[in-house]
Amino acid sequence: MKGFNFHSVKNVKEAKKLASGKSAFLAGGMTTIPAMKLRLALYSDIIDIKNIKDLSGIKVSSKSLRIGATTKHAEVASSKEVKRAISSLAHLADGIGDPQVRNRGTIGGSIANNDPAADYPSACLALNAIIHTSDRKIGADKFFKGMFETALKKGELIQTVEFQVPDKSCYVKFPNPASRYAIVGVYVAKYKKEVNVAVTGVESVVFRCKKIESALKSNFSSSALDSVKISSSGFNSDIHASSDYRAHLIKVLAKKAVAGCK
Amino acid sequence: MASSLIGSRVERKEDKKFLTGKGRYTADINLANQTYAYFVRSPHARATISKVDISKASNAPGVVKILTGDDLAKDKIGGLIAGWKIVSQDGTDMKCPPHPPLANNTVNFVGDHVAIVIAETLDQAKDAAEKVRVDYKVLKAVVNTGDAMNSKPIHDGIDKNLCYDFLLGDKGKTDEAFSNADKVVKLDLVNNRLIPNAMEPRAAIGDYNPSSEELTLYTASQNPHLSRLILSAFNAVHPEHKFRVVAPDVGGGFGSKINAYAEDVVVAWASKKIERPVKWVAERTESFLSDNHGRDHLTHVELALKNDGKITGIKVETIANLGAYALVFATVTPTYLYAPLLIGPYDIPAACCNVKTVYTNTAPTDAYRGAGRPEATYVVERIVTEAAKEIGMDQAEFRKKNFINKFPHQQCLVHNIDSGDYNAHLDKALELSDYKNFENRRSQSSAKGKLRGIGFSTYLEACGIAPSAVVMSIGAGVGLWESAEIRFNATGNVSVFTGAHSHGQSHDTTFAQIVGEKLGVPIENIDIIHGDTDKGPFGMGTYGSRSLAVGGTAIVKACDKIIEKGRKVAAKMLEAKPEEVEFKDGEFIVKNSNKKKTIGEIAFACYLPGTYGDIKSPLPEGVEPGLVETSFFDPSNFSFPSGTHICEVEVDQDTGETKVVKYTVVDDFGTIINPLVVEGQVHGGVAQGIGQALYENAHYDESGQLITASYMDYTMPRADNFPEFKLGFTSTPATSNPLGAKGCGEAGTIAAPPAVMNAVIDAIGEDISMPATSEKVCNALQKNKKNKEAA
Ligand SMILES: Cc1cc2nc3c(=O)[nH]c(=O)nc-3n(C[C@H](O)[C@H](O)[C@H](O)COP(=O)(O)OP(=O)(O)OC[C@H]3O[C@@H](n4cnc5c(N)ncnc54)[C@H](O)[C@@H]3O)c2cc1C
Repeated sequence: MKGFNFHSVKNVKEAKKLASGKSAFLAGGMTTIPAMKLRLALYSDIIDIKNIKDLSGIKVSSKSLRIGATTKHAEVASSKEVKRAISSLAHLADGIGDPQVRNRGTIGGSIANNDPAADYPSACLALNAIIHTSDRKIGADKFFKGMFETALKKGELIQTVEFQVPDKSCYVKFPNPASRYAIVGVYVAKYKKEVNVAVTGVESVVFRCKKIESALKSNFSSSALDSVKISSSGFNSDIHASSDYRAHLIKVLAKKAVAGCK
Repeated sequence: MASSLIGSRVERKEDKKFLTGKGRYTADINLANQTYAYFVRSPHARATISKVDISKASNAPGVVKILTGDDLAKDKIGGLIAGWKIVSQDGTDMKCPPHPPLANNTVNFVGDHVAIVIAETLDQAKDAAEKVRVDYKVLKAVVNTGDAMNSKPIHDGIDKNLCYDFLLGDKGKTDEAFSNADKVVKLDLVNNRLIPNAMEPRAAIGDYNPSSEELTLYTASQNPHLSRLILSAFNAVHPEHKFRVVAPDVGGGFGSKINAYAEDVVVAWASKKIERPVKWVAERTESFLSDNHGRDHLTHVELALKNDGKITGIKVETIANLGAYALVFATVTPTYLYAPLLIGPYDIPAACCNVKTVYTNTAPTDAYRGAGRPEATYVVERIVTEAAKEIGMDQAEFRKKNFINKFPHQQCLVHNIDSGDYNAHLDKALELSDYKNFENRRSQSSAKGKLRGIGFSTYLEACGIAPSAVVMSIGAGVGLWESAEIRFNATGNVSVFTGAHSHGQSHDTTFAQIVGEKLGVPIENIDIIHGDTDKGPFGMGTYGSRSLAVGGTAIVKACDKIIEKGRKVAAKMLEAKPEEVEFKDGEFIVKNSNKKKTIGEIAFACYLPGTYGDIKSPLPEGVEPGLVETSFFDPSNFSFPSGTHICEVEVDQDTGETKVVKYTVVDDFGTIINPLVVEGQVHGGVAQGIGQALYENAHYDESGQLITASYMDYTMPRADNFPEFKLGFTSTPATSNPLGAKGCGEAGTIAAPPAVMNAVIDAIGEDISMPATSEKVCNALQKNKKNKEAA
C-alpha cells in the first residue's frame, strides 16, 4: 500500500473541508482498503468518518426508517426496529458478505461505492429511499448513475438513508458462489399505490424492472409473472452466469420474492 | 498406558500454537538487513521478449538490485526440472522445454517470471517494478487442452505440443475383450483444472552469509531436502553442504509446495549476489497465477461388459494438460500415478490406457492432492456407474459383482494389491447412509420441489510412495524412501527427526504417538522435528499420503534400534544377558525377576558411561556412548487404501442450485494411529473433492488470461456448502509396512468428485461436466425437459 495522510474527523464540516479530488472517506474500509492494497486506488488523504457522532444509528417512525451512513451491516441485520419495520432489509443486511464484512462494512459505504452486484442499492430503489447528504437530499432513482458511479459530488458525504416503510416486501438474492455478491438480487416492495421491483447484479447499475412491476400491479401474486418474458439483452454475462441465465433468474427470484413478501 | 496410544484420539499437539496465532511461517521471519523482492511477471500468455529495460527502475528510490534472465544465464543458474522421465510408446523420451527461473526471450503463461526487483521496502520494490520496461511481442496463445495437438508448437522443437504419448497395458488383449463383449459403455469426461489454494501463500527468503559462505533458504515447502537437492544439483545455486533449506510452519501444500519454484531459486541466488537477505511473499493473486495448478484432463473411456454384469475390459484415452512447462512430478502424475489406478477396486482382466500430455500457455500443472488417483477414480467410478445403469443393476450389487475379493491380487496393469475387503466398506456405507430408505428421501425432496440424487464411489488408491527400485525403473529421478532419527537426550526426553514435513498432517501428534507407544515415553516428552536440512537426516518429504506408511515406519525402525541398544546397556547394568532382558512400556526387565531399568535411566547411562558417585553405568564392551539411532525405510510395495463414499444431493429445479445434503464415507486405511487426525484429513479431503465437483474451476479466457485469479471469481467452497459428513472405518492392515498403515491424506479428494457427480447426474438425468455449477445444471434440466417433451 502506498503512503497517505490519515485524518480522523469529529464532524461533517471537518470531513468536507479535508475532502479533495485525491481523498476518500473511510467508513468500513471493506472496499477502500483492498483497492488501495491492490494499488487499484491511490489516495493522498484518507478521512476516517467513523468517529462522527450522529452518522451511525437507526430511527423508525410509522412511515420511514432512517439509517445513519456509518451503521454497520451487522447492526442493521440484528436491529429489532429494522426487523419490525422492514424485515426484508434486515434480511438483506444479514446476507452481505461474511461476518467480518458485516461487522465493518456500512450502508453509506455500500451505496457510495455502488457496486453493480451490491445488495443495498436494490433496497434503496425498491423502498423509495431518500439519501440525505451533507449538501442535499437525493432520491434513490436519481442517486445510482452507473457502474461504481453515483450522484455524489466530490466531498459530499452521505449522512442518512431514509427508507419508506412498505406494506410488505421481500429480497431474494442468488449469490455468486465465489464472492457471495449478487449474481441476481430482486427486491420487491408493495405499497398502497405501487409495486416496486428493483434488480441488482444484472446490469451495470441497479434498475427497476417495469415489466414485472406492471404485472404485479394488477395481480400481486407469483403466478402473475408466469407469462412475463425478460429479455437478456444488455445484461451482464460472466463465467458465473450468462445473460440468459440472469434473465431466467430474475423471474425465478421475483416469484420467490412475491411469495415471500411479508 | 502405552498400549492405548495407537488408535487413540490424542488432541493435536500443534493446535495450541496454530489456534492462538503463534505459528511461525516463512512470512513471519524477518532478518536483519533484509531486502524485499517483487517479481515482474508476464501479463501475456505467450510472447517473445526483445528487451528488458531496467534503467529507469534501477534508479527508483530504494532499489537495491534488479535481476533478469540475462543475469541468471551469466551466472549459469540452471533451469527448473521435471523430475520423472516418461518414455513414449514409440520408445522416445519425453520432450521438455527449457524452463529458466527468469524468462530468457520468451514467456509462456500469465504470471511467468521476468525479473526480480529488490528494494529496501516492498512498496519501493513494487514502485520500481512498474518502471521495468519489457518489450513483448505478443503471440497467439494455445490455451485449451483439446486444441494443443492441433496448434503450432509453443516451444521450439516440440511437435504438436506433445510432451509424450504414453501407453500402459496390453492393447491386443484389451481389444479382444472388447470384441467379445456383450455390451460396451462409453463416456467422454472432463477433469477440470483446479488451483490448490493452500491457506498460506508461498514465500521464500534467501539469506547468504558471506563469512561462512553458507546459504539459507527459508521457504514454504513440503520437502526441504528435496528442494535443496534440486537447487544445488540442477539449478547450481549453491553446493549442498553449504546450503540449508528451512521449511518452518507451512500452511498447507496439497502438492503445490513440492516444487522448487522459480522464486526459491531466484531469491536464494539473489541474496548471494547482494549479500543481504531477500524476502518474497506471494500475494494471493500471485498464488493463483503461479502456484502449480492441478488436474486438467480430457478423457474418453470405454468399458466392456458381459450380460451378467461382469466387467471384462477398460480402455482409456486421455489428454492431460501440463501447462507451460514440465514440473517435478508433472510428468508422472498423469501416467504412473494415474493409469494403473484405472482398474479401480475391480477384477478387470484387460486394461489399456493411452495418455498424451500437452503443453499450453497456462500455469504449469503438477501433483495436486491425490495426484493422478482422483483423475483415475473419476473415470472408473463414472463409467462403472453408467454401466450399472445401462445394464439395469443396483449400483452396490454391480460393484460387488466386480470387486477383487482375493488378496494378494496382481492387477493386469501394475499393482499387486496386498490386502483389502471391499464388500466390508461398501456394506458398512450402505448401512451408515441408510441406503434402503433412499427412495423415501427422494420423495420427501420432491415434495419440496427439489430433485434428489444418489451417487456412489468405491475407490482404490495407491499410496505410501514408494519402493525406490520400482519407481526408479519407471523414470523417477529420486528414490522414495524416508528417514528418521531418534535422539534420546540425557535427561530422558526424545527428539525425533523425520524427513516427512508436516503442513497440516499432524505429524507432531501422530508420530509422537508412535514413538510413545514404541518406547514408553510420555508424548509430552517427545518432540517431532522436521523442516530443516541442518537438523535431521535427508528426507524425501510429504506427498502421496506417504508420511505414516513410509516415514512412520522409518521411525518405528529407528525405535527398534534404540531398544536393541538399550537392551544391551540394560543387561550390563542389571547383570543379565541381553536375551534375558525384555522391553515393555518403557522398561527393560530381566525375565522372571523384578530387576528393571527405565528407558530414561538407560539413556542417562548412555551419556554417562562410567562410574561416578551414585552413577554406576559402565557401558558393555563395544557399545558406543550416546543413544541416537537413524533408520532409512524403503517400502517393499505401495499401500492400497480403499473405501466407499455415498453422496446425496438436492437440486433446485428453478435455479439449478445443487447442494450436497448427505455424505457418507467408509474408508479402509489399515491401521489408524489417531482417529481424530484421520477424520480431519477425511473432512478436508472430501471438502476439496466436493469443491472440484460443484464449485472450483480455473478459467482461462481465449487469450490465456486467468479469469479466476482471486476469490471473487474462484469458488472456494465454504463451511456452509457442506452437510455434516458421516464417517466410518473398516480395517485390513497393509502388509508392506510394520504399522499396517495405508495412508489417509488424499482419499477424500480422490473419492468425492465421482460420488458427487454421480449423484447430480442421478438427480437431473443428464450428463454434465465438473464443476456442476447452477447454470450448467439449470441448462441441463431445461434440456432434459425438452427431450422429454419431444419424446
Ligand atoms: C469479502 C467481501 C464480501 C462482500 N460481499 C458483499 C455482498 O455480498 N453484498 C454487498 O452488497 N456488498 C458486499 N461487500 C461490500 C461491503 O458491503 C462493503 O462494506 C461496502 O461495499 C463498502 O462499505 P464500507 O463501509 O466498507 O466503505 P469504505 O470501503 O470505507 O468506502 C467505500 C467507498 O465509499 C465512500 N464512502 C464511504 N462512506 C461514505 C459516506 N458516508 N459518504 C460518502 N462516501 C462514502 C468511500 O469514500 C469509498 O470511496 C463485500 C465486501 C467484501 C470485502
